[in-house]
Amino acid sequence: MFRFMTNSLSLSPSIVLVLLSFLLGASALFSLSLGRFDFAPLGSMQELFIHWGWLEGETNPMMTSILLDVRLPRILAAILIGAALAISGAAFQALFMNPLVSPGILGVLSGAAFGASLGILLSDEIWVMQLLTFVFGLLAVAIALLLAKGELKQNMIILVLGGMITGALFGAFLSIIKYVADPYSKLPAITYWLMGSLANVNGELLYWLAPFVLTGIAILTMQGHVLNALSLGDDEAKTLGISVEKKRMLVIVVATFLSAVTVTLGGMIGWVGLVIPHIVRLLFGADNRLLLPASALLGAIYLLWVDNLARMVTSIEIPIGILTALIGLPVFAWALKNAKKGWHS
Amino acid sequence: MTQGLAAKHQNTMIFREVDLQIFSGEVIALLGQNGCGKTTLLRTLLGLHPKAAGEVYFDHISSSKVSTKERAKRVSYVPQVHKMAFGFPVIDMVLMATYGERAPWLKANAEHFDMAWEALKWMGIADLAHRPYTELSGGQRQMVLIARAFAQNTPMIFMDEPTNGLDFGNQIKLLEKIHALKASGKTVLFTTHHPEHAIHTACRALTMKNGSILSQGCPKETLDKSMIQNLYQLNEQQLKNHHYA
Repeated sequence: MFRFMTNSLSLSPSIVLVLLSFLLGASALFSLSLGRFDFAPLGSMQELFIHWGWLEGETNPMMTSILLDVRLPRILAAILIGAALAISGAAFQALFMNPLVSPGILGVLSGAAFGASLGILLSDEIWVMQLLTFVFGLLAVAIALLLAKGELKQNMIILVLGGMITGALFGAFLSIIKYVADPYSKLPAITYWLMGSLANVNGELLYWLAPFVLTGIAILTMQGHVLNALSLGDDEAKTLGISVEKKRMLVIVVATFLSAVTVTLGGMIGWVGLVIPHIVRLLFGADNRLLLPASALLGAIYLLWVDNLARMVTSIEIPIGILTALIGLPVFAWALKNAKKGWHS
Repeated sequence: MTQGLAAKHQNTMIFREVDLQIFSGEVIALLGQNGCGKTTLLRTLLGLHPKAAGEVYFDHISSSKVSTKERAKRVSYVPQVHKMAFGFPVIDMVLMATYGERAPWLKANAEHFDMAWEALKWMGIADLAHRPYTELSGGQRQMVLIARAFAQNTPMIFMDEPTNGLDFGNQIKLLEKIHALKASGKTVLFTTHHPEHAIHTACRALTMKNGSILSQGCPKETLDKSMIQNLYQLNEQQLKNHHYA
Protein backbone atom coordinates (compact mmCIF):
# COMPACT_ATOMS: atom_id res chain seq x y z
CA MET A 1 0.00 0.00 0.00
CA PHE A 2 1.31 3.49 -0.71
CA ARG A 3 1.95 5.56 2.35
CA PHE A 4 0.81 8.98 1.34
CA MET A 5 0.59 11.62 3.94
CA THR A 6 -1.89 14.05 2.50
CA ASN A 7 -4.56 14.28 -0.10
CA SER A 8 -7.70 16.35 -0.08
CA LEU A 9 -9.99 13.46 0.67
CA SER A 10 -7.55 11.73 3.06
CA LEU A 11 -8.14 8.38 1.44
CA SER A 12 -5.60 5.63 1.07
CA PRO A 13 -4.48 5.46 -2.58
CA SER A 14 -5.43 1.79 -2.81
CA ILE A 15 -8.96 2.68 -1.73
CA VAL A 16 -9.06 5.52 -4.26
CA LEU A 17 -8.08 3.19 -7.08
CA VAL A 18 -10.51 0.47 -5.98
CA LEU A 19 -13.36 3.00 -5.74
CA LEU A 20 -12.59 4.47 -9.16
CA SER A 21 -12.36 0.99 -10.69
CA PHE A 22 -15.70 0.09 -9.16
CA LEU A 23 -17.20 3.31 -10.48
CA LEU A 24 -15.81 2.56 -13.93
CA GLY A 25 -17.30 -0.92 -13.90
CA ALA A 26 -20.67 0.35 -12.77
CA SER A 27 -20.59 3.14 -15.39
CA ALA A 28 -19.75 0.67 -18.15
CA LEU A 29 -22.53 -1.66 -17.08
CA PHE A 30 -25.04 1.18 -16.96
CA SER A 31 -23.86 2.50 -20.35
CA LEU A 32 -24.51 -0.92 -21.89
CA SER A 33 -28.15 -0.54 -21.03
CA LEU A 34 -28.49 2.96 -22.49
CA GLY A 35 -29.69 3.50 -26.01
CA ARG A 36 -32.72 3.63 -28.26
CA PHE A 37 -33.55 0.13 -27.02
CA ASP A 38 -33.62 0.04 -23.25
CA PHE A 39 -31.99 -2.98 -21.72
CA ALA A 40 -31.55 -3.63 -18.03
CA PRO A 41 -27.88 -3.34 -17.01
CA LEU A 42 -27.64 -6.78 -15.50
CA GLY A 43 -29.70 -8.19 -18.35
CA SER A 44 -27.16 -6.79 -20.81
CA MET A 45 -24.29 -8.46 -18.95
CA GLN A 46 -26.18 -11.72 -18.80
CA GLU A 47 -26.84 -11.58 -22.55
CA LEU A 48 -23.15 -11.10 -23.26
CA PHE A 49 -22.07 -13.84 -20.84
CA ILE A 50 -24.48 -16.27 -22.50
CA HIS A 51 -23.17 -15.31 -25.93
CA TRP A 52 -19.60 -15.90 -24.80
CA GLY A 53 -20.52 -19.24 -23.26
CA TRP A 54 -19.83 -18.17 -19.66
CA LEU A 55 -23.44 -18.72 -18.71
CA GLU A 56 -26.03 -21.15 -19.96
CA GLY A 57 -29.16 -19.91 -21.63
CA GLU A 58 -30.59 -18.58 -24.85
CA THR A 59 -29.59 -15.32 -26.37
CA ASN A 60 -31.79 -12.70 -27.96
CA PRO A 61 -30.12 -12.18 -31.39
CA MET A 62 -31.24 -8.58 -31.75
CA MET A 63 -30.08 -7.68 -28.27
CA THR A 64 -26.79 -9.51 -28.75
CA SER A 65 -26.17 -7.75 -32.03
CA ILE A 66 -26.87 -4.31 -30.55
CA LEU A 67 -24.67 -4.98 -27.55
CA LEU A 68 -21.78 -6.57 -29.41
CA ASP A 69 -21.73 -4.55 -32.62
CA VAL A 70 -22.89 -1.14 -31.44
CA ARG A 71 -22.64 -0.51 -27.72
CA LEU A 72 -19.72 -2.59 -26.48
CA PRO A 73 -17.17 -1.26 -28.99
CA ARG A 74 -18.33 2.25 -28.24
CA ILE A 75 -18.08 1.78 -24.49
CA LEU A 76 -14.65 0.20 -24.75
CA ALA A 77 -13.54 3.00 -27.05
CA ALA A 78 -14.72 5.63 -24.56
CA ILE A 79 -12.88 3.87 -21.74
CA LEU A 80 -9.64 3.44 -23.68
CA ILE A 81 -9.67 6.91 -25.23
CA GLY A 82 -10.61 8.65 -21.96
CA ALA A 83 -7.95 6.74 -20.03
CA ALA A 84 -5.28 7.28 -22.70
CA LEU A 85 -5.90 11.03 -23.02
CA ALA A 86 -6.06 11.63 -19.27
CA ILE A 87 -2.92 9.69 -18.41
CA SER A 88 -1.00 11.26 -21.33
CA GLY A 89 -2.05 14.70 -20.12
CA ALA A 90 -0.95 13.93 -16.56
CA ALA A 91 2.39 12.57 -17.78
CA PHE A 92 3.08 15.59 -19.97
CA GLN A 93 2.14 17.98 -17.17
CA ALA A 94 4.74 16.38 -14.91
CA LEU A 95 7.31 16.20 -17.68
CA PHE A 96 6.96 19.85 -18.61
CA MET A 97 6.54 20.91 -14.95
CA ASN A 98 3.40 22.78 -15.92
CA PRO A 99 -0.18 21.90 -15.00
CA LEU A 100 -1.48 23.80 -18.04
CA VAL A 101 -0.05 21.34 -20.54
CA SER A 102 -2.26 19.07 -22.65
CA PRO A 103 -1.37 15.97 -24.68
CA GLY A 104 -1.25 18.08 -27.84
CA ILE A 105 1.72 20.15 -26.65
CA LEU A 106 4.16 18.45 -29.01
CA GLY A 107 1.88 18.66 -32.02
CA VAL A 108 0.58 15.07 -32.06
CA LEU A 109 -3.07 16.10 -32.20
CA SER A 110 -2.50 18.63 -34.98
CA GLY A 111 -0.49 16.11 -36.97
CA ALA A 112 -3.11 13.43 -36.46
CA ALA A 113 -5.91 15.83 -37.46
CA PHE A 114 -4.06 16.64 -40.66
CA GLY A 115 -3.46 12.94 -41.35
CA ALA A 116 -7.14 12.15 -40.84
CA SER A 117 -8.21 14.97 -43.16
CA LEU A 118 -5.70 13.95 -45.80
CA GLY A 119 -6.97 10.38 -45.60
CA ILE A 120 -10.58 11.47 -46.00
CA LEU A 121 -9.59 13.68 -48.94
CA LEU A 122 -7.61 11.01 -50.75
CA SER A 123 -9.69 7.91 -50.18
CA ASP A 124 -13.06 6.57 -49.17
CA GLU A 125 -11.36 3.66 -47.40
CA ILE A 126 -11.46 4.14 -43.66
CA TRP A 127 -8.24 2.25 -43.07
CA VAL A 128 -6.37 4.82 -45.19
CA MET A 129 -7.67 7.62 -43.00
CA GLN A 130 -6.80 5.76 -39.82
CA LEU A 131 -3.31 4.88 -40.98
CA LEU A 132 -2.53 8.45 -42.05
CA THR A 133 -3.96 9.77 -38.76
CA PHE A 134 -1.61 7.62 -36.75
CA VAL A 135 1.44 8.16 -38.97
CA PHE A 136 1.13 11.94 -39.12
CA GLY A 137 0.47 12.16 -35.39
CA LEU A 138 3.80 10.44 -34.73
CA LEU A 139 5.52 12.39 -37.50
CA ALA A 140 4.53 15.72 -35.97
CA VAL A 141 6.18 14.81 -32.68
CA ALA A 142 9.22 13.39 -34.46
CA ILE A 143 9.67 16.74 -36.21
CA ALA A 144 9.31 18.59 -32.88
CA LEU A 145 11.98 16.34 -31.36
CA LEU A 146 14.27 16.87 -34.34
CA LEU A 147 13.88 20.63 -34.07
CA ALA A 148 14.82 20.44 -30.39
CA LYS A 149 17.64 17.94 -30.91
CA GLY A 150 20.83 18.92 -29.21
CA GLU A 151 19.15 21.60 -27.17
CA LEU A 152 16.91 19.19 -25.32
CA LYS A 153 19.37 18.48 -22.59
CA GLN A 154 19.60 22.12 -21.72
CA ASN A 155 16.21 23.49 -22.44
CA MET A 156 12.78 21.91 -22.43
CA ILE A 157 11.30 25.14 -23.71
CA ILE A 158 12.92 24.39 -27.07
CA LEU A 159 10.86 21.21 -27.20
CA VAL A 160 7.68 23.14 -26.43
CA LEU A 161 8.55 25.59 -29.19
CA GLY A 162 9.20 22.68 -31.53
CA GLY A 163 5.73 21.39 -30.70
CA MET A 164 4.22 24.80 -31.36
CA ILE A 165 5.95 24.95 -34.74
CA THR A 166 4.76 21.53 -35.84
CA GLY A 167 1.30 22.20 -34.44
CA ALA A 168 1.07 25.40 -36.43
CA LEU A 169 2.56 23.76 -39.51
CA PHE A 170 0.08 20.93 -39.58
CA GLY A 171 -2.69 23.35 -38.69
CA ALA A 172 -1.80 25.29 -41.84
CA PHE A 173 -1.73 22.09 -43.91
CA LEU A 174 -5.12 21.19 -42.47
CA SER A 175 -6.47 24.54 -43.65
CA ILE A 176 -5.22 23.75 -47.16
CA ILE A 177 -7.00 20.40 -47.06
CA LYS A 178 -10.24 22.07 -45.99
CA TYR A 179 -9.83 24.70 -48.71
CA VAL A 180 -9.43 22.21 -51.54
CA ALA A 181 -11.88 19.59 -50.27
CA ASP A 182 -15.17 19.05 -52.04
CA PRO A 183 -17.64 21.14 -50.01
CA TYR A 184 -20.51 18.70 -50.57
CA SER A 185 -18.91 15.45 -49.46
CA LYS A 186 -15.34 15.57 -48.26
CA LEU A 187 -15.45 18.81 -46.30
CA PRO A 188 -18.45 17.82 -44.16
CA ALA A 189 -16.79 14.45 -43.49
CA ILE A 190 -13.58 16.18 -42.43
CA THR A 191 -15.43 18.68 -40.26
CA TYR A 192 -17.46 15.96 -38.59
CA TRP A 193 -14.36 13.87 -37.94
CA LEU A 194 -12.57 16.81 -36.39
CA MET A 195 -15.40 17.28 -33.89
CA GLY A 196 -14.78 13.81 -32.52
CA SER A 197 -17.22 10.94 -32.32
CA LEU A 198 -17.42 7.40 -31.08
CA ALA A 199 -20.47 6.59 -33.21
CA ASN A 200 -18.54 4.81 -35.94
CA VAL A 201 -15.74 3.25 -33.94
CA ASN A 202 -14.11 0.44 -35.89
CA GLY A 203 -14.55 -2.55 -33.59
CA GLU A 204 -11.87 -4.64 -35.29
CA LEU A 205 -9.28 -1.89 -35.08
CA LEU A 206 -10.29 -1.17 -31.49
CA TYR A 207 -9.80 -4.75 -30.35
CA TRP A 208 -6.48 -4.90 -32.20
CA LEU A 209 -5.22 -1.66 -30.64
CA ALA A 210 -6.62 -2.27 -27.14
CA PRO A 211 -3.69 -4.39 -25.86
CA PHE A 212 -1.22 -1.76 -27.07
CA VAL A 213 -3.19 1.03 -25.42
CA LEU A 214 -3.43 -0.90 -22.15
CA THR A 215 0.31 -1.64 -22.31
CA GLY A 216 1.03 2.06 -22.88
CA ILE A 217 -1.16 3.01 -19.93
CA ALA A 218 0.58 0.40 -17.76
CA ILE A 219 4.03 1.69 -18.78
CA LEU A 220 3.11 5.26 -17.90
CA THR A 221 1.53 4.18 -14.61
CA MET A 222 4.83 2.57 -13.63
CA GLN A 223 6.69 5.86 -14.17
CA GLY A 224 5.04 7.51 -11.17
CA HIS A 225 8.10 8.24 -9.14
CA VAL A 226 10.18 8.99 -12.24
CA LEU A 227 7.70 11.71 -13.17
CA ASN A 228 7.71 13.02 -9.60
CA ALA A 229 11.47 13.49 -9.91
CA LEU A 230 11.24 14.92 -13.44
CA SER A 231 8.73 17.50 -12.23
CA LEU A 232 11.47 18.88 -9.97
CA GLY A 233 13.61 19.72 -12.99
CA ASP A 234 16.40 17.89 -14.81
CA ASP A 235 19.16 18.76 -12.36
CA GLU A 236 17.42 17.43 -9.29
CA ALA A 237 16.03 14.39 -11.09
CA LYS A 238 19.53 13.41 -12.29
CA THR A 239 21.09 13.83 -8.88
CA LEU A 240 18.35 11.60 -7.47
CA GLY A 241 19.50 8.84 -9.82
CA ILE A 242 16.97 9.22 -12.65
CA SER A 243 18.25 8.78 -16.22
CA VAL A 244 16.50 11.91 -17.37
CA GLU A 245 17.01 11.70 -21.13
CA LYS A 246 15.98 8.03 -21.38
CA LYS A 247 12.94 8.38 -19.15
CA ARG A 248 11.81 11.58 -20.81
CA MET A 249 12.01 9.96 -24.23
CA LEU A 250 10.09 6.92 -22.96
CA VAL A 251 7.29 9.11 -21.59
CA ILE A 252 7.16 11.22 -24.77
CA VAL A 253 7.04 8.16 -27.04
CA VAL A 254 4.38 6.31 -25.03
CA ALA A 255 2.18 9.37 -24.40
CA THR A 256 2.46 10.36 -28.08
CA PHE A 257 1.50 6.85 -29.17
CA LEU A 258 -1.53 6.90 -26.86
CA SER A 259 -2.61 10.35 -28.08
CA ALA A 260 -2.24 9.35 -31.75
CA VAL A 261 -4.33 6.22 -31.14
CA THR A 262 -7.12 8.26 -29.57
CA VAL A 263 -7.42 10.46 -32.66
CA THR A 264 -7.26 7.40 -34.91
CA LEU A 265 -10.16 5.80 -33.08
CA GLY A 266 -12.39 8.75 -32.26
CA GLY A 267 -11.24 11.97 -33.89
CA MET A 268 -10.34 15.12 -31.99
CA ILE A 269 -11.56 14.86 -28.41
CA GLY A 270 -10.15 17.77 -26.47
CA TRP A 271 -9.91 18.95 -22.88
CA VAL A 272 -9.83 15.47 -21.34
CA GLY A 273 -6.06 15.38 -21.09
CA LEU A 274 -5.95 18.85 -19.57
CA VAL A 275 -8.91 18.85 -17.21
CA ILE A 276 -8.98 15.34 -15.73
CA PRO A 277 -5.44 15.46 -14.24
CA HIS A 278 -6.37 18.80 -12.65
CA ILE A 279 -9.42 17.33 -10.96
CA VAL A 280 -7.47 14.32 -9.76
CA ARG A 281 -4.70 16.58 -8.45
CA LEU A 282 -7.18 18.71 -6.53
CA LEU A 283 -8.90 15.65 -5.06
CA PHE A 284 -5.98 13.34 -4.41
CA GLY A 285 -2.78 15.35 -4.58
CA ALA A 286 0.13 15.78 -6.97
CA ASP A 287 1.96 12.49 -6.42
CA ASN A 288 2.18 10.83 -9.83
CA ARG A 289 2.13 7.36 -8.34
CA LEU A 290 -1.57 7.90 -7.68
CA LEU A 291 -2.22 10.73 -10.13
CA LEU A 292 -1.41 8.66 -13.21
CA PRO A 293 -3.63 5.60 -12.60
CA ALA A 294 -6.37 7.74 -11.03
CA SER A 295 -6.35 10.06 -14.06
CA ALA A 296 -6.66 7.07 -16.39
CA LEU A 297 -9.64 5.71 -14.43
CA LEU A 298 -11.38 9.07 -14.03
CA GLY A 299 -10.71 9.94 -17.68
CA ALA A 300 -12.38 6.68 -18.71
CA ILE A 301 -15.39 7.32 -16.47
CA TYR A 302 -15.69 10.90 -17.66
CA LEU A 303 -15.59 10.10 -21.37
CA LEU A 304 -18.01 7.22 -20.89
CA TRP A 305 -20.60 9.56 -19.36
CA VAL A 306 -19.96 12.31 -21.90
CA ASP A 307 -20.51 9.76 -24.67
CA ASN A 308 -23.71 8.66 -22.95
CA LEU A 309 -24.85 12.29 -23.05
CA ALA A 310 -23.74 12.61 -26.67
CA ARG A 311 -25.95 9.76 -27.79
CA MET A 312 -28.88 10.21 -25.43
CA VAL A 313 -29.52 13.87 -24.75
CA THR A 314 -30.95 14.68 -28.19
CA SER A 315 -32.36 12.63 -31.02
CA ILE A 316 -29.37 13.58 -33.18
CA GLU A 317 -26.04 12.55 -31.74
CA ILE A 318 -23.81 15.43 -30.62
CA PRO A 319 -20.14 15.09 -31.58
CA ILE A 320 -18.32 14.20 -28.41
CA GLY A 321 -15.57 16.78 -28.92
CA ILE A 322 -18.17 19.53 -28.57
CA LEU A 323 -19.42 18.14 -25.27
CA THR A 324 -15.94 17.62 -23.80
CA ALA A 325 -15.25 21.28 -24.56
CA LEU A 326 -18.59 22.54 -23.20
CA ILE A 327 -18.23 20.54 -19.99
CA GLY A 328 -14.46 20.73 -19.73
CA LEU A 329 -14.09 24.49 -20.08
CA PRO A 330 -16.15 25.55 -17.04
CA VAL A 331 -14.47 22.84 -14.99
CA PHE A 332 -11.07 24.08 -16.14
CA ALA A 333 -12.01 27.67 -15.29
CA TRP A 334 -12.93 26.55 -11.79
CA ALA A 335 -9.67 24.59 -11.52
CA LEU A 336 -7.73 27.68 -12.65
CA LYS A 337 -9.14 29.60 -9.71
CA ASN A 338 -7.49 27.06 -7.48
CA ALA A 339 -4.25 27.54 -9.37
CA LYS A 340 -3.69 30.70 -7.37
CA LYS A 341 -3.46 28.56 -4.25
CA GLY A 342 -0.94 26.24 -5.85
CA TRP A 343 -1.35 22.91 -7.58
CA HIS A 344 -1.52 20.74 -4.53
CA SER A 345 -3.98 19.00 -2.24
CA MET B 1 39.02 14.74 -8.34
CA THR B 2 39.25 16.78 -11.51
CA GLN B 3 42.02 17.06 -14.04
CA GLY B 4 42.21 19.94 -16.49
CA LEU B 5 38.46 20.40 -16.25
CA ALA B 6 36.85 23.01 -18.45
CA ALA B 7 33.30 23.93 -19.36
CA LYS B 8 31.66 26.35 -21.70
CA HIS B 9 28.25 27.78 -22.37
CA GLN B 10 27.52 27.97 -26.09
CA ASN B 11 30.85 29.34 -27.34
CA THR B 12 31.98 31.09 -24.18
CA MET B 13 34.49 29.34 -21.90
CA ILE B 14 33.16 29.49 -18.34
CA PHE B 15 36.18 27.96 -16.62
CA ARG B 16 39.33 26.14 -17.69
CA GLU B 17 42.20 24.05 -16.36
CA VAL B 18 40.56 23.27 -13.03
CA ASP B 19 42.58 20.70 -11.11
CA LEU B 20 40.85 19.91 -7.86
CA GLN B 21 41.13 17.18 -5.29
CA ILE B 22 38.42 16.63 -2.71
CA PHE B 23 39.38 14.52 0.27
CA SER B 24 37.01 12.46 2.34
CA GLY B 25 35.55 14.33 5.32
CA GLU B 26 36.48 17.77 4.01
CA VAL B 27 34.26 20.82 3.93
CA ILE B 28 35.19 23.02 0.98
CA ALA B 29 33.80 26.47 0.30
CA LEU B 30 33.88 27.83 -3.22
CA LEU B 31 33.80 31.60 -3.54
CA GLY B 32 33.88 34.11 -6.33
CA GLN B 33 32.03 36.92 -7.98
CA ASN B 34 28.74 36.43 -9.76
CA GLY B 35 29.42 34.79 -13.10
CA CYS B 36 32.87 33.47 -12.25
CA GLY B 37 31.80 29.87 -12.84
CA LYS B 38 31.19 28.52 -9.32
CA THR B 39 27.75 27.06 -10.03
CA THR B 40 28.87 25.78 -13.44
CA LEU B 41 31.84 24.04 -11.80
CA LEU B 42 29.52 22.46 -9.25
CA ARG B 43 27.12 21.34 -11.96
CA THR B 44 29.95 20.00 -14.11
CA LEU B 45 31.23 17.94 -11.17
CA LEU B 46 27.71 16.55 -10.77
CA GLY B 47 27.45 15.69 -14.46
CA LEU B 48 24.69 18.26 -14.98
CA HIS B 49 26.74 20.42 -17.33
CA PRO B 50 28.84 18.96 -20.16
CA LYS B 51 32.63 19.10 -19.89
CA ALA B 52 34.47 20.99 -22.62
CA ALA B 53 37.77 19.40 -21.61
CA GLY B 54 39.37 17.40 -18.81
CA GLU B 55 37.91 14.74 -16.61
CA VAL B 56 36.14 14.21 -13.33
CA TYR B 57 37.00 11.17 -11.24
CA PHE B 58 35.08 9.50 -8.43
CA ASP B 59 37.45 7.30 -6.40
CA HIS B 60 39.77 7.18 -9.43
CA ILE B 61 36.95 6.09 -11.73
CA SER B 62 36.23 8.39 -14.65
CA SER B 63 32.80 10.02 -14.34
CA SER B 64 31.93 8.90 -17.88
CA LYS B 65 32.04 5.32 -16.56
CA VAL B 66 29.79 6.13 -13.61
CA SER B 67 26.07 5.73 -14.32
CA THR B 68 23.49 8.26 -13.15
CA LYS B 69 22.28 5.83 -10.50
CA GLU B 70 25.79 5.14 -9.29
CA ARG B 71 26.59 8.84 -9.14
CA ALA B 72 23.44 9.39 -7.03
CA LYS B 73 24.86 6.93 -4.51
CA ARG B 74 28.10 8.89 -4.31
CA VAL B 75 26.98 12.50 -4.24
CA SER B 76 23.77 14.32 -3.41
CA TYR B 77 22.88 17.84 -4.40
CA VAL B 78 21.20 20.77 -2.70
CA PRO B 79 20.25 23.18 -5.48
CA GLN B 80 19.27 26.76 -5.01
CA VAL B 81 15.62 26.98 -4.00
CA HIS B 82 13.34 27.38 -6.97
CA LYS B 83 9.63 27.55 -7.62
CA MET B 84 7.85 24.28 -8.12
CA ALA B 85 4.69 23.67 -10.05
CA PHE B 86 3.38 20.91 -7.79
CA GLY B 87 3.09 20.84 -4.03
CA PHE B 88 4.31 17.45 -2.92
CA PRO B 89 4.14 16.91 0.83
CA VAL B 90 7.48 17.50 2.52
CA ILE B 91 7.85 13.87 3.57
CA ASP B 92 7.39 12.78 -0.06
CA MET B 93 10.00 15.34 -1.16
CA VAL B 94 12.50 13.82 1.27
CA LEU B 95 11.52 10.27 0.25
CA MET B 96 12.58 11.14 -3.30
CA ALA B 97 16.11 10.63 -1.98
CA THR B 98 15.44 6.89 -2.23
CA TYR B 99 14.34 6.90 -5.89
CA GLY B 100 17.74 5.96 -7.18
CA GLU B 101 17.83 2.72 -5.24
CA ARG B 102 14.44 1.25 -6.15
CA ALA B 103 12.60 0.39 -9.35
CA PRO B 104 9.93 2.94 -10.39
CA TRP B 105 7.07 0.61 -9.52
CA LEU B 106 8.33 -0.26 -6.05
CA LYS B 107 7.04 1.68 -3.08
CA ALA B 108 9.15 3.11 -0.30
CA ASN B 109 9.56 0.58 2.47
CA ALA B 110 9.65 1.09 6.24
CA GLU B 111 13.42 1.62 6.19
CA HIS B 112 13.08 4.40 3.62
CA PHE B 113 10.40 6.09 5.71
CA ASP B 114 12.57 5.84 8.82
CA MET B 115 15.46 7.45 6.92
CA ALA B 116 13.23 10.28 5.73
CA TRP B 117 11.83 10.94 9.21
CA GLU B 118 15.33 10.87 10.71
CA ALA B 119 16.47 13.42 8.14
CA LEU B 120 13.52 15.71 8.93
CA LYS B 121 14.15 15.41 12.68
CA TRP B 122 17.85 16.05 12.17
CA MET B 123 16.99 19.28 10.35
CA GLY B 124 14.42 20.16 13.03
CA ILE B 125 11.54 20.31 10.56
CA ALA B 126 9.63 17.11 11.33
CA ASP B 127 6.56 19.26 12.07
CA LEU B 128 6.48 20.26 8.40
CA ALA B 129 6.25 16.67 7.13
CA HIS B 130 2.65 16.88 5.94
CA ARG B 131 2.78 20.40 4.58
CA PRO B 132 2.88 20.91 0.79
CA TYR B 133 6.34 22.01 -0.25
CA THR B 134 4.92 24.96 -2.23
CA GLU B 135 3.37 26.40 0.94
CA LEU B 136 6.70 26.73 2.72
CA SER B 137 8.88 29.80 2.97
CA GLY B 138 12.13 29.93 1.01
CA GLY B 139 14.14 29.09 4.11
CA GLN B 140 11.95 26.15 5.00
CA ARG B 141 12.23 24.81 1.45
CA GLN B 142 15.99 25.04 1.70
CA MET B 143 15.86 22.99 4.91
CA VAL B 144 13.74 20.36 3.14
CA LEU B 145 16.26 20.11 0.28
CA ILE B 146 19.08 19.65 2.78
CA ALA B 147 17.07 17.01 4.63
CA ARG B 148 16.59 15.21 1.33
CA ALA B 149 20.32 15.31 0.59
CA PHE B 150 20.97 13.93 4.08
CA ALA B 151 18.40 11.15 3.55
CA GLN B 152 20.14 10.19 0.30
CA ASN B 153 22.97 9.06 2.57
CA THR B 154 25.82 9.76 0.16
CA PRO B 155 29.43 10.27 1.23
CA MET B 156 29.50 13.65 -0.54
CA ILE B 157 27.01 16.50 -0.54
CA PHE B 158 27.27 19.45 -2.89
CA MET B 159 25.32 22.59 -2.03
CA ASP B 160 24.76 25.62 -4.22
CA GLU B 161 24.55 28.75 -2.06
CA PRO B 162 22.73 26.96 0.75
CA THR B 163 22.32 30.08 2.89
CA ASN B 164 20.74 32.03 0.06
CA GLY B 165 17.39 33.41 1.20
CA LEU B 166 17.77 32.21 4.79
CA ASP B 167 17.32 34.59 7.72
CA PHE B 168 20.29 35.14 10.02
CA GLY B 169 19.14 32.52 12.54
CA ASN B 170 18.63 29.86 9.88
CA GLN B 171 21.99 30.69 8.33
CA ILE B 172 23.69 29.97 11.66
CA LYS B 173 21.70 26.75 12.09
CA LEU B 174 22.57 25.66 8.57
CA LEU B 175 26.27 26.25 9.13
CA GLU B 176 25.97 24.16 12.29
CA LYS B 177 24.41 21.41 10.21
CA ILE B 178 27.37 21.54 7.83
CA HIS B 179 29.65 21.10 10.85
CA ALA B 180 27.51 18.15 11.93
CA LEU B 181 27.79 16.62 8.44
CA LYS B 182 31.58 16.90 8.66
CA ALA B 183 31.52 15.34 12.11
CA SER B 184 29.54 12.41 10.69
CA GLY B 185 32.23 11.86 8.07
CA LYS B 186 30.52 13.44 5.08
CA THR B 187 32.37 15.51 2.51
CA VAL B 188 30.71 18.82 1.73
CA LEU B 189 31.36 21.25 -1.10
CA PHE B 190 29.33 24.43 -1.06
CA THR B 191 29.36 27.66 -2.99
CA THR B 192 28.85 30.86 -1.08
CA HIS B 193 28.94 34.60 -1.40
CA HIS B 194 29.86 34.96 2.28
CA PRO B 195 33.57 34.73 3.13
CA GLU B 196 32.68 34.67 6.84
CA HIS B 197 30.67 31.45 6.28
CA ALA B 198 33.69 29.88 4.65
CA ILE B 199 35.94 30.95 7.51
CA HIS B 200 33.46 29.69 10.10
CA THR B 201 32.68 26.37 8.48
CA ALA B 202 35.14 25.21 5.83
CA CYS B 203 38.43 23.31 6.05
CA ARG B 204 39.44 24.68 2.67
CA ALA B 205 38.41 27.70 0.65
CA LEU B 206 38.67 27.84 -3.13
CA THR B 207 38.42 31.18 -4.87
CA MET B 208 37.55 31.53 -8.52
CA LYS B 209 38.04 34.46 -10.80
CA ASN B 210 37.69 34.81 -14.57
CA GLY B 211 37.16 31.08 -14.95
CA SER B 212 40.24 29.95 -13.06
CA ILE B 213 41.04 28.85 -9.54
CA LEU B 214 42.70 31.86 -7.96
CA SER B 215 43.71 30.30 -4.68
CA GLN B 216 42.93 27.46 -2.36
CA GLY B 217 43.84 26.76 1.21
CA CYS B 218 42.86 27.28 4.79
CA PRO B 219 40.07 29.90 4.75
CA LYS B 220 41.60 32.09 7.47
CA GLU B 221 44.82 32.34 5.50
CA THR B 222 43.37 32.33 1.97
CA LEU B 223 40.56 34.79 2.54
CA ASP B 224 42.61 37.70 3.82
CA LYS B 225 41.71 41.29 3.03
CA SER B 226 43.80 41.54 -0.11
CA MET B 227 42.26 38.37 -1.51
CA ILE B 228 38.75 39.60 -0.78
CA GLN B 229 39.50 42.93 -2.40
CA ASN B 230 40.91 41.22 -5.46
CA LEU B 231 38.11 38.66 -5.65
CA TYR B 232 35.21 41.06 -5.37
CA GLN B 233 36.83 44.17 -6.90
CA LEU B 234 36.58 46.21 -3.69
CA ASN B 235 38.85 48.92 -2.43
CA GLU B 236 40.20 49.16 1.10
CA GLN B 237 37.70 51.73 2.21
CA GLN B 238 34.75 49.65 1.03
CA LEU B 239 36.08 46.70 2.96
CA LYS B 240 36.73 48.87 6.02
CA ASN B 241 33.13 50.04 5.99
CA HIS B 242 31.99 46.43 6.11
CA HIS B 243 32.35 44.38 9.31
CA TYR B 244 34.65 41.98 7.42
CA ALA B 245 37.49 44.40 8.05
